[in-house]
Amino acid sequence: MPAATPTRSTLARPKLAVWKFASCDGCQLSLLDLEDELLTLPERIEVAYFLEASRAVVEGPYDLSLVEGSVTTRADVERIREVRRVSRHLVTIGACATAGGIQALRNFADVGELAAAVYPSPSYISTLETSTPIAASVPVDFELHGCPIDRHQLLEVISAFLARRRPAIPAYSVCVECKRRGNVCVMVARGTPCLGPVTHAGCGAICPGHDRGCYGCFGPMETPNPGSLSASMRDLGAETPDLIRAYRGFNAAAPAFRAAGDAHAAESEAEA
Amino acid sequence: MSTADGARRIETAALARVEGEGAMHVRIRGDEVLAVELRIYEPPRFFEALLRGRALEEAPDITARICGICPIAYQTSACQAMEDALGITVTGPLRDLRRLIYCGEWIESHALHLYLLHAPDFLGYESGFAMAADHRGIVERGLRAKKAGNRLIEVIGGRAVHPVNVRVGGFYRAPERRQLEALRPELERCRDEALATVRWCAGLDFPDLERDYELVCLRSQRAGEYPIDDGRIVSSKGIDVAPAGFDATFEERQVPHSTALHARVRERGSYLTGPMARFDLNRERLPPIAADAATEAGIGEGCSNPFRSIVVRAVEILFAFDEALRLIDRYERPDRPFVAYRTRAGIGHGVSEAPRGMLYHRYEIDDAGEIVAAWIVPPTSQNQRSIEEDLAEFVAANVRLPDDELRRRCEQTIRNYDPCISCSTHFLRLEVERE
Ligand code: SF4
Ligand code: SF4
Repeated sequence: MPAATPTRSTLARPKLAVWKFASCDGCQLSLLDLEDELLTLPERIEVAYFLEASRAVVEGPYDLSLVEGSVTTRADVERIREVRRVSRHLVTIGACATAGGIQALRNFADVGELAAAVYPSPSYISTLETSTPIAASVPVDFELHGCPIDRHQLLEVISAFLARRRPAIPAYSVCVECKRRGNVCVMVARGTPCLGPVTHAGCGAICPGHDRGCYGCFGPMETPNPGSLSASMRDLGAETPDLIRAYRGFNAAAPAFRAAGDAHAAESEAEA
Repeated sequence: MSTADGARRIETAALARVEGEGAMHVRIRGDEVLAVELRIYEPPRFFEALLRGRALEEAPDITARICGICPIAYQTSACQAMEDALGITVTGPLRDLRRLIYCGEWIESHALHLYLLHAPDFLGYESGFAMAADHRGIVERGLRAKKAGNRLIEVIGGRAVHPVNVRVGGFYRAPERRQLEALRPELERCRDEALATVRWCAGLDFPDLERDYELVCLRSQRAGEYPIDDGRIVSSKGIDVAPAGFDATFEERQVPHSTALHARVRERGSYLTGPMARFDLNRERLPPIAADAATEAGIGEGCSNPFRSIVVRAVEILFAFDEALRLIDRYERPDRPFVAYRTRAGIGHGVSEAPRGMLYHRYEIDDAGEIVAAWIVPPTSQNQRSIEEDLAEFVAANVRLPDDELRRRCEQTIRNYDPCISCSTHFLRLEVERE
């Protein structure tokens, strides 16, 4: 991966790279799940670096880098800087890369103790105290939400960068998607606590569509109001530990959810 | 190749076309293989520790995020472990639905591996994209199968990766019969094409390697049923225990070169889990269409060459399409989408057959329904020792191959396992060091 100044590619096809950090691979799998577009995609964009799919590696710089996963080791701090250096545009895909992912629950615990709970010889394990989003290490051009991302949104992001325009990805809440789809509100109709009012749209409101509350996998919407939602959830029977767990999920370290989770954790300490 | 005077070390970039990344290191002196290590460097994500204090209901969704390629395996094993702890059993149409969505995962995962990741090895391509230039029809057939598998998952689960509809006790919402019926034509078409794929795979060129594994997999307690979602743990060397017997039968060890723990049979050693084990110990339970295809493909009497695992996967894809159609035929929408339960303290075990092998979960929960302890043994950590042994044998028999060719073949050997190294991994490099 030679360092170079990214320039507009001289060849006709822009180069795409897909990078993995700490993750489950589910977001990059969404690219391979574009079954109908997969074989024509290489006509528009050169798949230059995508180890999950190809052992061929085309040297950088890359016009578009998709980054999955969070930063959890010192070596990965260096690696993401190199990725940034060889990438003209860098887009994070998914909750891990955008907010630190489920593994950011370590940020609320003692990592040494966690390692000792999993490994007989925790000293072999080298890892950072926190799991951080890509944007904490390098500038990011666009962040795509979701755990996992929606593959159609991914296609929109790729198309937008090819056309040198901003991706059309709305930042309103899951509630709006429910209304669009004609879902009945699970809070009103079933009394089920739901994070939809504070959660970023993009999934198509599939949890309410399956009679369950949203668990916030797309992370916070643009201007969420978790305080008022928590009050409504309490009315439906949610207790403080439930609220802590609700915000401390797949996007626990996203600022708005972190603040809400921390506030409820403080309440819990006061209650105790 | 050069005779090995002095140290010689060859490195490649990360090992491609495995889901997740890891690294492999081979050390050779002359014609002698000194060491083979599959190194797994994925930064650990500490799932078992992070599950403590979470509600039992959260385990299926949290553990799904261990692997985006086989989330339903994680959800199923987690649900079953919790149901075991709570003393409930999921039966009838709910159990059928669980098996049906799991068929979707076998199809999408096996199809991705077979057509896009593994077949290129046999034909000498760097990727499925490159292979598509010359073999468009085959790759398109693979994508159709994969899409049909994903569609099945989406209709039942809401989306293909980390479906949202699976819960302890069953589902949040049971699909309508007509939603499943609508999938029939495509599933039937793909079943026909899967049969053609078994034949196509049988004609590939397989490197020689015969191994004598201890094969470990589930055996369904229902007569004539091929194992997917549950059963007893059995082996080719006499193991036959309920899921609760996992701990007494197997152990995990930590090795310095890996963040994935290595599992072994206590007081015995390595074992193999996955399609080859399932097929060998259950092939008399395959429906005629799949059993006949296996016989025609030359593996009717079993298969001990890991390179032929691609044929076994093709047979399992065919089986999964057939099984999905059978389950859809008899589906009646249940009145309630889940079995209700009363929270209580307990310990529970759950095992199911992920596409790449057995996946074991064990939880201890308290009387408030919070997780006190979690233990998860993914397939790749069970197979890691067997992969290393395959590599040692393969390299010993082919030590005179040029490094590039040896490297390519070693990668192929690892890909025989469809390793989901993201169970615990990251950078995967292949190093051949000749002294
Ligand atoms: S955001 Fe979720 S789906 Fe995407 S890589 Fe992370 S854990 Fe997997
Ligand atoms: S409804 Fe919420 S939890 Fe469910 S998929 Fe959408 S964003 Fe994720």
